Amino acid sequence: MDYLSLASIVCAAFAVAFGAIGPALAEGRAVAAAMDAIARQPEAANTISRTLFVGLAMIETTAIYCLVIALLLLFANPLLG
Amino acid sequence: MNSPLSSIILFQIGPVPITQAVLITWGIMAVLVIGSALLTRHLALVPDKRQAMIELIVTTMDTQIRETTGTEPAPYRSFIGTLFLFILVANWSSLIPGLEPPTSKLETDAALAVLVFVSVVWFGVRGAGVGGYLRSFAAPNVAMIPLNMLESITRVFSMFVRLFGNVMSGVFVIGIVASLAGLLVPIPLMALDLLTGLVQAYIFAVLAMVFISATVEDGQPDPAPSLQKKVP
Repeated sequence: MDYLSLASIVCAAFAVAFGAIGPALAEGRAVAAAMDAIARQPEAANTISRTLFVGLAMIETTAIYCLVIALLLLFANPLLG
Repeated sequence: MNSPLSSIILFQIGPVPITQAVLITWGIMAVLVIGSALLTRHLALVPDKRQAMIELIVTTMDTQIRETTGTEPAPYRSFIGTLFLFILVANWSSLIPGLEPPTSKLETDAALAVLVFVSVVWFGVRGAGVGGYLRSFAAPNVAMIPLNMLESITRVFSMFVRLFGNVMSGVFVIGIVASLAGLLVPIPLMALDLLTGLVQAYIFAVLAMVFISATVEDGQPDPAPSLQKKVP
């Protein structure tokens, strides 16, 4: 196995691993804030959870980008030919 | 293992290759068109069970559109509703054994994103006129024109990658788990996949709605200082 494919595999793993840290922390904060808001104002739960879902999907996108980069490295690497 | 970025070509019509995703898309289109034609055939003033179910779906969509945009849902109902229903049915088509959801392939999601891009232009021009649509690029001020032009492309691109990544990763993970332990183990993941499919369909529709209404609002001649304007 040459170094280029080895580097691709290692980098794909790193991309997913470190790319998941940021969104995980951010989603935790977002859910915690939403829980807090719902506990204070239970009658606004519908609006809060709707906005929360959209926000979570936005945050999750960064992790998905990392996943797509990892899959590009593994399956469609332009350097490996 | 097959690459999730490539697609399986089944047959060719002339020079056009027909992939599995295209065939499933045609199936879903047929199911949606024939299904809705059959379901809405005998509409009455006093609804029976079938009509009440459809009215529930349409009313829920109307409520969501009204809450998202703050305007009447009638001009957007057909486009946003079709988008939501199609993506939902496409995401959940993985429940049928042997079918891969077409949204887990690049080309279907790219087509949907292009549809949203074109519809932003269409609704923007229709709601605010050509001048109003062009003016919406200059909101909040003229210095933002290059960024707004860039954003109109990148936000659609991010919708495309988001839908593709979410659905494809679900299919991919289930494929890996099923190849390791086929019996009963993938079921919780499939349940999670159903939830993801619903949320992604909802988010795709809501984001399309937010982009359209933001363009229409920015194109209005006298921008009223709305306090509750949503910024995606």
